[in-house]
Amino acid sequence: MSRMAATRDGYGQALLELAENDKVVVLEADLGKSTKSLHFRKAHPERTISCGIGEQNMLLVAAGMASSGYIPFASTFAIFTERAFEQMRNGVARPNLAVHVCGSHGGTHTGTDGSSAQSIEDLAIYRTLPNVTVLHPSDDVSTRLLTKQLADSDNPSYMRTARNKTPVLYDDVDPSTIQIGKGIELRNGPDVAIIACGVLVSEALKAADELSEQGLQATVIDMHTIKPLDTQLVDRVAHRCGAIVTAEDHSVLGGLGGAVAEHLSATSCKPLERVGVHDRFGESGQADEMLELMELSAPHIVKAALRAIARK
Amino acid sequence: MVSITASISELEELARRCRIEIVKMVHRAQAGHPGGSLSEIDLMAALYSTSLRVRPEDPDWDDRDRFILSKGHASPGMYALLAEKGFISHDDLHSYRVLGGICQGHVDMKWCPGVDFSAGSLGMGLSFGMGCALAARLEGSERRAFVMLGDGEIQEGSVWEAAMAATHHELGNLKVILDRNRIQNDDFCLEQMRMFDIPAKWEAFGWNVKEIDGHEMTEIVDGIKFLDESNDAPSILIAHTVKGKGVSYMEDNPSFHGAAPNDEQFEIAMNELGAFE
Repeated sequence: MSRMAATRDGYGQALLELAENDKVVVLEADLGKSTKSLHFRKAHPERTISCGIGEQNMLLVAAGMASSGYIPFASTFAIFTERAFEQMRNGVARPNLAVHVCGSHGGTHTGTDGSSAQSIEDLAIYRTLPNVTVLHPSDDVSTRLLTKQLADSDNPSYMRTARNKTPVLYDDVDPSTIQIGKGIELRNGPDVAIIACGVLVSEALKAADELSEQGLQATVIDMHTIKPLDTQLVDRVAHRCGAIVTAEDHSVLGGLGGAVAEHLSATSCKPLERVGVHDRFGESGQADEMLELMELSAPHIVKAALRAIARK
Repeated sequence: MVSITASISELEELARRCRIEIVKMVHRAQAGHPGGSLSEIDLMAALYSTSLRVRPEDPDWDDRDRFILSKGHASPGMYALLAEKGFISHDDLHSYRVLGGICQGHVDMKWCPGVDFSAGSLGMGLSFGMGCALAARLEGSERRAFVMLGDGEIQEGSVWEAAMAATHHELGNLKVILDRNRIQNDDFCLEQMRMFDIPAKWEAFGWNVKEIDGHEMTEIVDGIKFLDESNDAPSILIAHTVKGKGVSYMEDNPSFHGAAPNDEQFEIAMNELGAFE
């Protein structure tokens, strides 16, 4: 059994490691214990800005600091970043100020807090903004590495992390293989390509195991960067496999599945099946129960793969 | 650096020249916001001439004071002043609302030298200014952040998130000028959303507060001195102004919040502002 961890812990660890750069500042909106920015706050209170329960103000304070040469990391729950969407659009993305927003507790996987807390549209809305990089890493190691790379970026970003633990995938991996904008090929098989992000990457690997038992070999991609999408990789695996499945704990509208569909509509006519939340809200439930209820778990990815293969 | 001393008559003359440019810009573009530009301009002319530490020849100087026009639709006032102060040329004023021009409809830091904030949506500048003030303190810099708010603008709830956060963080280097011209887009503020006792609200949030006549230059200079000298907490200068000040038919007239004068009205305005003298 592999190590289990939550991606939000990777974010918290990265902030601590970034602290050696004295331009890095952290902004909180009363959820530091949850987003895991609290470790930075404890070590560096002078560079941690409490914004209270005021997300709109927080994003623009971060923008002001970025305009003055600082590297702000602002975090709250994914869902609460959305109330500051216009601030993100007009105050951060438009002047291209390198503010890094982290939305934790994203997706239905966040569980028993129920539908009000389960952001299933964050990746879609931030993906529409020019200049903004959109990330949704799959494990705590890649979250830590990608967060650290953001500090060197000249662009703003949105990164979704998850509340609950998932298998760690990259404990023994060369860190240089994890780069913003580059999907990671976890399995190489000719029959179907499963392109997943976030908590569904480990489900995609399970699905690939199940498919293998049926004699079908799947390619599995961890597409941690939703924007800019690694379109070369998408084209390569579409050509190799001739059938594609996307998998995300997010609406099938506008997120990873939407991004892949938009791209492939211009380059390929290969069959595509999208696993994701089908235009509905969630409810209270355990993380694993939610993946079942919303038809996101490995068996549902297998079914989608078989549908895609049948359409070849 | 801009000279930070000026006589009252010099300030009044500077504001008069800016008013002429404001009306010209809006007339040329046949679009824009003359009312709020004319109400704010005495305040901004005095601020830039008596207090604001900036360098027109080096607009990105790290240690400059920041000036954030949160009511960014009142951009003609800012552009006119930037031209008078040498950040941009008077020819640049012809680019107001013109494709590719540095004088975008709303002030934009990515387009125009001397602009520190990309405005457009109301209620955003105070938070941004707070970030600038925090950054200055963290760096150990003496620079300040000045924010110009409109009165209708403070109906936006996030302004009060910032007002609360600024005192929590004891940002004495954050200074606000409120252009209290009593008119917003659709009508008088009293009709759109009554704001009751505005000074008491800011005092209750822990701000230093002073009220002045925003067109009486001696009072304005005193008010800016109050901002300069109040460093124990964030401070606000509430300036009672007249929307459209200086052009008779625009004064106190909600129709000229966001409308351009026609040719006939333009001639009247130029006469009243002494453009032909």
